[in-house]
Amino acid sequence: MHGPDIQWYVVLSAILFTIGALGVMLRRNPLIILLSVEIMLNAANLLLIAFSRLHGREDGQIFAISVMAVAASEVVVGLGLIVAMGRRHVELDVDKLRTLRG
Amino acid sequence: MANFLVWCVWFVAGFACLASALAVVSFSNPFYSALALIGNLASLAVLYLLLSGEFVAAGQVLVYGGAVMVMFLFVIAYLGDRTDESPWSGGPSWQVVGAVLAGGAILAEVIVVVGLAAGGFLSKPAHIERSFGSPEQIGRLFLTDHLLAFEITSIVLLVAAVGGVVLGAHARQPEGDARA
Repeated sequence: MHGPDIQWYVVLSAILFTIGALGVMLRRNPLIILLSVEIMLNAANLLLIAFSRLHGREDGQIFAISVMAVAASEVVVGLGLIVAMGRRHVELDVDKLRTLRG
Repeated sequence: MANFLVWCVWFVAGFACLASALAVVSFSNPFYSALALIGNLASLAVLYLLLSGEFVAAGQVLVYGGAVMVMFLFVIAYLGDRTDESPWSGGPSWQVVGAVLAGGAILAEVIVVVGLAAGGFLSKPAHIERSFGSPEQIGRLFLTDHLLAFEITSIVLLVAAVGGVVLGAHARQPEGDARA
């Protein structure tokens, strides 16, 4: 295998996952939270494909494609919720959605 | 020589990946964040190519960089210009400090676990054939060993499509409607 070993990909994926997690924890705009969740899912996908290459089996790539489909579904539902918020003129701020709070 | 070129491509793609991920998190305008995410997805597709995942790389560009991001951009354009404050503005709050500590803990955990558990074993990748990760191989696996995953994926996508339509239809009702 030319180029970097698998551990370089593992470290890159860990950093990407951390950046995505920071985005989810720090931002209040639900659109950017969804984008950060995409970054976390993609970090997991990179790891799946790296380990698929390490073991020489394609099962990890199959898993990555399934994760992509699930991510697409998640985006559809999340964006549907955000559009519903926008149409009701709710402010796009997850800290201000407190109707369900007990 | 080939090895050196692969390292160069890896560094450029990895740096673009991290830089665009940071840009997604720190831009205050969601439209720019979405554009930065497209760069992130494209550089990840390059890394997938280096790992011999040709079909996944193509799927990444088509499904993510194409379909999902166009949907994102349409929604952001539909909602109009709602720039909010950058997370770094206004000095460090307790939330920022806690989030950065938690993020650092996640990163340290992952790197320590990888170093302890799998250090030497990660540098010996298996030998693969040229057809590894080709559409033919992926399609064969999807229709033989992983048929159940394939079918479940189709049901998940169907449910998500129905959910999107239902959410959109509810949102279209007038505000004072009791059924909403």
